[in-house]
Amino acid sequence: MDFVNQLQRKFIDYSSSLHREGIVDDQFTQLRKLEDENSPHFVMEVASLFFEDCEKLINNMAIALEQKQGVDFKQIDECIHQLKGSSSSIGAMRVKNACIAFRSFSGAQNREGCLRCLQQLSHEYSLLKNKLQTLFRVSVASRCLYVCLVIFCRENEPAEPFPDVLVFQLEKQIVAAGGSIPRVH
Amino acid sequence: MDSCNCIEPQWPPDDLLMKYQYISDFFIALAYFSIPLELIYFVKKSAVFPYRWVLVQFGAFIVLCGATHLINLWTFTMHTRTVAMVMTTAKVFTAVVSCATALMLVHIIPDLLSVKTRELFLKNKAAELDREMGLIRTQEETGRHVRMLTHEIRSTLDRHTILKTTLVELGRTLALEECALWMPTRTGLELQLSYTLRQQNPVGYTVPIHLPVINQVFSSSHAVKISPKCPVARIRPAGKYMPGEVVAVRVPLLHLSNFQINDWPELSTKRYALMVLMLPSDSARQWHVHELELVEVVADQVAVALSHAAILEESMRARDLLMEQNVALDLARREAETAIRARNDFLAVMNHEMRTPMHAIIALSSLLQETELTPEQRLMVETILKSSNLLSTLINDVLDLSRLEDGSLQLDLGTFNLFAVFREVLNLIKPIASVKKLHVSLNLAPDLPEYAIGDEKRLMQTILNVVGNAVKFSKEGSISITAFVAKSELLRDSRTPEFFPVPSDNHFYLRVQVKDSGVGISPQDIPKLFTKFAQTQSTATRNSGGSGLGLAICKRFVNLMEGHIWIESEGLGKGCTAIFMVKLGIPERLNEPKLPFMPKVPTNHGPTAFPGLKVLVMDENGVSRMVTKGLLVHLGCDVTMVSSSEECLRVVSHEHKVVFMDVCVPGMDGYEVAIRINEKFTKRHERPIIVALTGNTDKVTKENCMRVGMDGIILKPVSLDKMRSVLSDLLEHRVLFEAI
Repeated sequence: MDFVNQLQRKFIDYSSSLHREGIVDDQFTQLRKLEDENSPHFVMEVASLFFEDCEKLINNMAIALEQKQGVDFKQIDECIHQLKGSSSSIGAMRVKNACIAFRSFSGAQNREGCLRCLQQLSHEYSLLKNKLQTLFRVSVASRCLYVCLVIFCRENEPAEPFPDVLVFQLEKQIVAAGGSIPRVH
Repeated sequence: MDSCNCIEPQWPPDDLLMKYQYISDFFIALAYFSIPLELIYFVKKSAVFPYRWVLVQFGAFIVLCGATHLINLWTFTMHTRTVAMVMTTAKVFTAVVSCATALMLVHIIPDLLSVKTRELFLKNKAAELDREMGLIRTQEETGRHVRMLTHEIRSTLDRHTILKTTLVELGRTLALEECALWMPTRTGLELQLSYTLRQQNPVGYTVPIHLPVINQVFSSSHAVKISPKCPVARIRPAGKYMPGEVVAVRVPLLHLSNFQINDWPELSTKRYALMVLMLPSDSARQWHVHELELVEVVADQVAVALSHAAILEESMRARDLLMEQNVALDLARREAETAIRARNDFLAVMNHEMRTPMHAIIALSSLLQETELTPEQRLMVETILKSSNLLSTLINDVLDLSRLEDGSLQLDLGTFNLFAVFREVLNLIKPIASVKKLHVSLNLAPDLPEYAIGDEKRLMQTILNVVGNAVKFSKEGSISITAFVAKSELLRDSRTPEFFPVPSDNHFYLRVQVKDSGVGISPQDIPKLFTKFAQTQSTATRNSGGSGLGLAICKRFVNLMEGHIWIESEGLGKGCTAIFMVKLGIPERLNEPKLPFMPKVPTNHGPTAFPGLKVLVMDENGVSRMVTKGLLVHLGCDVTMVSSSEECLRVVSHEHKVVFMDVCVPGMDGYEVAIRINEKFTKRHERPIIVALTGNTDKVTKENCMRVGMDGIILKPVSLDKMRSVLSDLLEHRVLFEAI
């Protein structure tokens, strides 16, 4: 159906913009490759976990930095380490870079620097979250639409893979069809 | 006197008497001389005269008598002794001959008389022969008449002509006064006067058929003389003194059914017509035998001719009927062809023309949904979308079904992943099911082959339809989907007696059962389920919409796949189970695995590179743990996750072939774990391969890893290909020391 093609185009534009802006990197692409019939919601699950984690860590760090008595840089360090690990696992490049920057300040026990970095980190995190959530919304919406179509209607122009993998495997399809996915490194 | 020796006559010659005597003697002599002359003359004339001797004798006798009388003439006057001597001699001779003749005549005369008798006899005989010949000539003429009559009758196939000709010819041949034909009426109870010779208009006079005289005629195959007073003979005007003799004969009316092939016509038929023939009155003529025979023969010929005419009529009628039917059939065929062409054209147009706008509506509505809308607007757009989707489905269904029914639909066979199909269906259904709070479970039998040959798209459509129906019609409860390979004892299901699947080496029968706990279906509705456009009447289902074509399409797909589909339900409110079996092919195995966990060549479709490889992942960071797990699961491994070293040591066993541990978290003693694992598994082959995942691969880390006996080290983040190659290397060589 045509709207699928439009959706496909929309997705590609969007995801290439994500790459272009450096919000996500190659690891994200790798994660997307892991999506298949067995684990169709993989990226979404990982992303949700990451968001939870990230929020918790940022909160902790914020609280830690608020401490009047004395900032527990060790704890902050641990948080940062975790966050760095998580963000690199998920391929959130800017977040990871922010973490690295934060690290250096926390290593130097520079509270202002840390605060600034925390703010930067928050900002990057929100940006990432927004972008990823939009992407997921597109996928969920198309999936629901497709499911509705299939359950209550009959879509007999198939050949398109099913929506759970639709959005995230569109790339696979394009490649298989001999096309190329724009990558931003 | 003198002695002149003369003899004096006694009487004086001049006497008158003497004169008369003289004349008479003269004539007598004359006559006597002429008689033999005549005799000789006529005898000579006739060819045959057996008695010549008698003639000679008689001639001599007559001549001598004549001579005597002649000589007597001289004795009337004075005559000499010589004359007297001659006279005497003549007389003596005459006497002798006459006596001889007299004696002879005694013999001859009876003979002559008997000739006469014979002649009379022959004459009588000749007269008799003449009479007989006359008779024979009559008979022969009669025969000729019969032949001619038959020819006349048989030369036409028209019933009326036949009968009319018969009567006319018979009348002529036999010189009849009247000839009539009585035919049985339709009811068979009366005889109706149908044809007469003289009376031009038969009145339609009827006579009951069961009169004794008629029965008598009908029971005999010969012509029967009947009384002129009986009703059938009383048709001519009265007023004659003496009615002529009447004869009646039966004419069998044969039907087509009487003529069997190679069979003589059955004369058990009871239908006869009656032919009545009347001789002219006052003629004192009688019916002769030959005439009766003629009549019988004619009656038979008429019967045959009539039945020929009837047969011909029948066959002409049948032929006309056939021609009419042919014309009608031709017309019907042309109409049907026109209808089919019209339908195909209509479908072709509908296909394109209707789908295009539908797509536009659906696509644009869905894009509209993505934009900023007020709640009211969103509701409106959703309704538009839903309605247009329904319509699109309806169109597709109808077109699909007509293509299916056409027989023009063919399966797209290909090798596909059967498990994947089921998982897709499950994933599609789960959101909806969870909205409705229905629990969906999928059970795939262990012996179900993973790959099969069939039409993936349509199989998916079928399963989705069936499962979708289960979801649609269940308000609560659970839905269970079971799939297994149908064994031969299960194949012969008593509920589907007409389905005889035969499994073979290249094919297997997939049996899928979808059980739901929904509203159920009453038993009388079950047969209607698969019919087009039929929906159950229960109000609960009214709201669900749908065109009623889904199951019909499924059934056709299943039939195309040489299978069978049916639904069982115990009744309303008791849920129902939909079961179908389809025939799928078994793909040939391309790579026979020689060793377990031999990694296959990484291809685009073969993510299960390490099927079932048991792996332990230890990572404190939830996200990266999940990512690693995702990677490994994608490669087909069976992953156990632990988040602490204690848990790791507790869980690790000889079943785990590889242990991935994150060693870059400060404070976590991954190295300690590695040492402990090495201690736990003393035998080398039981020990799992230990791989470190780390964020940095500086020298220190590497040395530490080597020191504790780890088999490998991988730099995070790990890409899929990297993980795959690492695992394959590890499993092959059992050692890898670094993978960047």
